[in-house]
Amino acid sequence: MKCAMTMLLLAAGCMSAHAAEPMAPASGEAVYKRWCSHCHSAGRGNPGTESLQVKYGGKVPAVLLDRTDLDSAAVKVFVRQGVLSMPPFRKTEITDAELVALGDYISKKNAKP
Amino acid sequence: MATPPNVSNADFNKVLAAWRQTVGADWVFTSPEDVALYRDAYSPYWGEKEERVASAAVAPASVEEVQAVVRMANQYKVPLYAISTGRNLAYGGSAPVYSGSVVLDLKRMNRVLEVNQPNAYALVEPGVNYFDLHEHITKAGLDVWIDPPDPGWGSVIGNALDGGGGWTASPFRDHFGAHCGMEVVLANGEIVRTGMGALPNSKSWQHNRWGFGPWVDGLFRQGNYGVVTKMGFHLMPRPEAMQTVTVQVTREADVIPLVDTLNLLENQHVVNGSTSLGGGQPGAGGNAGATAWSASLPIYGPEKVVRAQVEYCRDKFSKIADARFTEGELFRTPLDAATLARVRKVSFGIPDLSTFGLLGRNAANPSPPGGHVDFSPILPRTGEAVLEFMRLYREKLPELSEGGALRILGPVFMTNWDRTMVALLMFPIGRDPQMNGRMRNSFRHWVELCAEHGWGEYRAPAVFQDDVAKAYSYNNHSLRRLRETIKDAVDPNGILSPGRYGVWPKHLRKV
Repeated sequence: MKCAMTMLLLAAGCMSAHAAEPMAPASGEAVYKRWCSHCHSAGRGNPGTESLQVKYGGKVPAVLLDRTDLDSAAVKVFVRQGVLSMPPFRKTEITDAELVALGDYISKKNAKP
Repeated sequence: MATPPNVSNADFNKVLAAWRQTVGADWVFTSPEDVALYRDAYSPYWGEKEERVASAAVAPASVEEVQAVVRMANQYKVPLYAISTGRNLAYGGSAPVYSGSVVLDLKRMNRVLEVNQPNAYALVEPGVNYFDLHEHITKAGLDVWIDPPDPGWGSVIGNALDGGGGWTASPFRDHFGAHCGMEVVLANGEIVRTGMGALPNSKSWQHNRWGFGPWVDGLFRQGNYGVVTKMGFHLMPRPEAMQTVTVQVTREADVIPLVDTLNLLENQHVVNGSTSLGGGQPGAGGNAGATAWSASLPIYGPEKVVRAQVEYCRDKFSKIADARFTEGELFRTPLDAATLARVRKVSFGIPDLSTFGLLGRNAANPSPPGGHVDFSPILPRTGEAVLEFMRLYREKLPELSEGGALRILGPVFMTNWDRTMVALLMFPIGRDPQMNGRMRNSFRHWVELCAEHGWGEYRAPAVFQDDVAKAYSYNNHSLRRLRETIKDAVDPNGILSPGRYGVWPKHLRKV
């Protein structure tokens, strides 16, 4: 099918065709950027950060990557069970292996960028 | 392991074994903890026996795998419920309408197949969300915008098929209206391409949406007649500039000329952005000079043209006595980082999730229930309709919000589609069955009440789709009966998303 599609596009002469490979994040950092950063980064428009600021009142950092108290087990619970308006994430979104990598990344087992 | 209704354990095991052969054992989910990930996180029936839950899930990675999965389901009459990314939160999430269905999870089909700049279109698979498409376009350095809805993690295809809308310019923000060509797997496993895509070696599948002969694409919008595996969308070439003007009026009745003028400008295509209307609070406009209604009108285009359009708008609104006309900042695109940090990103074609802050935990609401469902009646785009809705809202809200205890939010007058507006109400949903039950009662009352006034919803959470569909009853439900006739013809075993938007297969019809 992919070959057929590529041939179709070439036949159509679309000079700016950009066929992408499947986007499959592998590293913990990539998973974080793809699935967590949109809510948990610093600054305006991050509902996860806003929620954690209200929850902890500044006793722990509201930005997820500034936390030092989250271990992989906690990350797994939040990702697979969700909390409040954050829904759980399915295995087609974050696989078990990616979840381990994400837990390692957030819990600082991996070097931060 | 749960089993779909009316399917034997032995048959279901045969189907699961075949699916594992097709998609790989890792992508067939049957354990309770894996299947629980498909629950609707914002379900108004959370934890109650009426909650709509799946029996299993299967996640193909290609159209050929979708065909094989559907054929097997059809042979053994296993009900499927197709989702793209499953992020239709507030309208059902990833949970099926018919409990016991197997979720057909298309998230792994996540390829951006083409983005064409000269003709400004994209062709994508169902698992592609707005973040993905935006990232793809940015990395490729293409000068086209996408039109994101509020939740950027939603599927480009799924949002369009559910009737969703976005925030940039007309006609791109009507997501189904902006589509061009689709590929669909039918219940018997056959592939159909619509529009020009039916022509082998077509050179214009994403250029012309109509093709030749009766147009069938609409059957797949909020439908259950096939599984959409590819879809094209027209994109907006990056506009050079954007400026928003705001108009405020002081008398409540001035919403009539305000909306009339707004309509004129929009229908003339002078204003092409997503307009909004605010105000209407009880008592507003009672004080001299106080604002009763406020409208904002974004305009996208070349800077010189935008400036001229703004002047044209000023002239038109000057006909309303005492109207205050304010020019907002003129933004030149692409925005720099500092500017981007202070604007609403979706208005500039950039997806985000900031909307979840509205009903999530925040300083104003430190203990929210968590989720919400949306009530979305369509009103004609007139000031008279707005006033009629507000009269009803003020009269009924005390009773239907239990004196404010239900904390229903709204109405927000959304004008994503021309000639109409959505009077959006948001119902908080949490984990307390008693409170959720009261929300459900109120929601259903609003459906009936609005139907009595000629207002129907454009979309509804899965558990309320029958309620809403029932209101569309002209000529003894002739539209529903037509849809059922089609359903019986193209999906005689009724395996594709039974009950979606009120369309049930023959063996599950209650009337």
